[in-house]
Amino acid sequence: MSTSVKQDLATEIIENQPAFEVAHDSRTLALEQFKKLGLPSAKHEEYRFTPITRHLEKNFSWTNNNSESTLSSISEFLIPQLDANVVVLVNGRFNALHSKIVSLESEVTITTLSEAFRKEHPAVKEYFNKNLQTETDAFAALNSAGWQEGIFIHVQENTTVSKPIFIIQINDGSQSPVITQTRILGVLEKGSSISIIEKSDTVGDQVAFHNFAEEWIIKEDAHLEYCKIQNDAGKVCQVSNSVILQSSNSKLNTFTLTLDGQLIRNNLHILIDGENCESHFYGLYLLTGSTHADNHTVVDHRKPNSFSNEMYKGIMDGNSKGVFNGKIYVRPHAQKTNAFQSNRNIIVSDTATVNTKPQLEIWADDVKCSHGCTSGQLDEEALFYLRSRGISETNAKAMLLYAFAAEVLEPIQNETLKAYLDNLIAERLHKNF
Amino acid sequence: MLNIKNLQAKIGEKQILNGIDLNVNAGEVHAIMGPNGSGKSTLASVLSGREEYEVIGGEVDFLGKDLLELSPEDRAREGIFMAFQYPVEIPGVSTINFMKTALNQIREYRGQQALDAVSFLQLMKEKMKLVEIDQSLLNRSLNEGFSGGEKKRNEIFQMAMLEPKLALLDETDSGLDIDALRIVANGVNKLRNKNNAVVVVTHYQRLLDYIVPDYVHVLYKGKIVKSGTKELALELEAKGYDWIKSEATVA
Repeated sequence: MSTSVKQDLATEIIENQPAFEVAHDSRTLALEQFKKLGLPSAKHEEYRFTPITRHLEKNFSWTNNNSESTLSSISEFLIPQLDANVVVLVNGRFNALHSKIVSLESEVTITTLSEAFRKEHPAVKEYFNKNLQTETDAFAALNSAGWQEGIFIHVQENTTVSKPIFIIQINDGSQSPVITQTRILGVLEKGSSISIIEKSDTVGDQVAFHNFAEEWIIKEDAHLEYCKIQNDAGKVCQVSNSVILQSSNSKLNTFTLTLDGQLIRNNLHILIDGENCESHFYGLYLLTGSTHADNHTVVDHRKPNSFSNEMYKGIMDGNSKGVFNGKIYVRPHAQKTNAFQSNRNIIVSDTATVNTKPQLEIWADDVKCSHGCTSGQLDEEALFYLRSRGISETNAKAMLLYAFAAEVLEPIQNETLKAYLDNLIAERLHKNF
Repeated sequence: MLNIKNLQAKIGEKQILNGIDLNVNAGEVHAIMGPNGSGKSTLASVLSGREEYEVIGGEVDFLGKDLLELSPEDRAREGIFMAFQYPVEIPGVSTINFMKTALNQIREYRGQQALDAVSFLQLMKEKMKLVEIDQSLLNRSLNEGFSGGEKKRNEIFQMAMLEPKLALLDETDSGLDIDALRIVANGVNKLRNKNNAVVVVTHYQRLLDYIVPDYVHVLYKGKIVKSGTKELALELEAKGYDWIKSEATVA
């Protein structure tokens, strides 16, 4: 029964692919891949705890087009005082009115992906769709087939882009359900450096499905600071496929903060395809209500002598569900790899759950790898200690949860961004004293 | 100040306190001694409001209030301070921020204005001197990676900040070398005045050389079996607890 329904939705999706101006060949190929894969069933190993297909079947129809957004202001989605390039996508379309590019073209090219295709930018030809897992992940394939718009970022060699690029994606479901498929391609040439902040927001009462994919190419000696903020109000289902390819001597810091939304799935895939790379990837999910957030991460050490450090933390309240899956691959010749992973969870309510699974596959013999995951309640001893000094139980809990969560902010360099994130976390955990 | 009448408490199915009677007045220092397992730490825990202990009988009056009815935080706000035997390490919470929150919640409870940042820092500097603790320690996460001595000094620093009416020192001497012991005891002595009281729970006489008690009580099998003055502590040090045990058994 469920198989036939699944077929129906996949077929509906395939039959309702609109005509696209650019990138015909890769779309056709990706659609073939999607046909082969179908939508992941409840038994699919990678989607076992996150029933996206069922959710899509229940809530979405591919036969309608997105309505035009009537959003007049985006000020509520901005990060106060952040001095940055601002790129806005609303319902899968580039919004020129609210976007603001301040960095010079000599430092960085920031355009829509369609335009980069039209201009036949060599980096697009070389890197677009080359690393995304379209053969194995249905949503990556679906995005490659049907992306509506995207952003192309190209950082010039030996250039440090002084201002971050802040990309806001808004799903406006105030008039009808929306399905957005957006995409980023970012290429950091040798010795370059940039900071990217991605934020998604959803407005309106209708359901939204946001299928996002991005590819980042970090060349030799380049440095990417990457921050993703998922703070969508309401009924959004978001799938995010991110692939980051690192070359030798490159540096990568990622931070993913998940607060709200109905169903969130992040696939973060880091390919360390060079020596002496350093990567830190941090994540924090602070869930309430019935939010379901699933972080699947893969670190693939393909070359020797690199270092990766992963730390994801979660606090689950209400009826929320957290899922974490962290894979570390160390390929046979990736000797002298240092790879660390930790996932720690605190469950605050009786009805919240978390499923966590570390997966290490190590083929090299001279490596240092470690992983650890914990799930539990707040430390009662610590709670009593704080209360015995006159701090109320509510505030003592907030202090402990905040201390637990705020640790992952430490590596963030941009002080304005850090203060903003700190405030979001404090608010979520009621640490307002 | 503190009136304990026939206090009985258990943990799980095990009764540990079998009827404690104790009166502590302002300006006094009481020492509670006794062999291992006699209920000393349980008494301190029950008074500070640990929920794993169940009070099954008796009364505790603290300055006219039924102490047993109060939450741990309200006990602290009423003026009780417990210096822990094993202070917990709390990563990510600095002692300074923690103390600021605690002090202001206590002040709020008492209808006082919150301290502004400047007055708080001033107060902190003053108290730091008193207990000879370095600010770098207080900037760090609470007790994280502290030595045994640093943890205990931090307890006394917190006591100095909160200015309790009644301080319960639970085996504060355990794990301290003689220099650390002297610093901690000096801190306590400087904080003593005619309006507050101290109850020292200890296994050894050693601490009482520095914090001199007005009264010494011996706890055995969950009851106070002997009370006296500081000379009793010396006698215990010389003779051990066996004679107390046999006296208690005979009685």
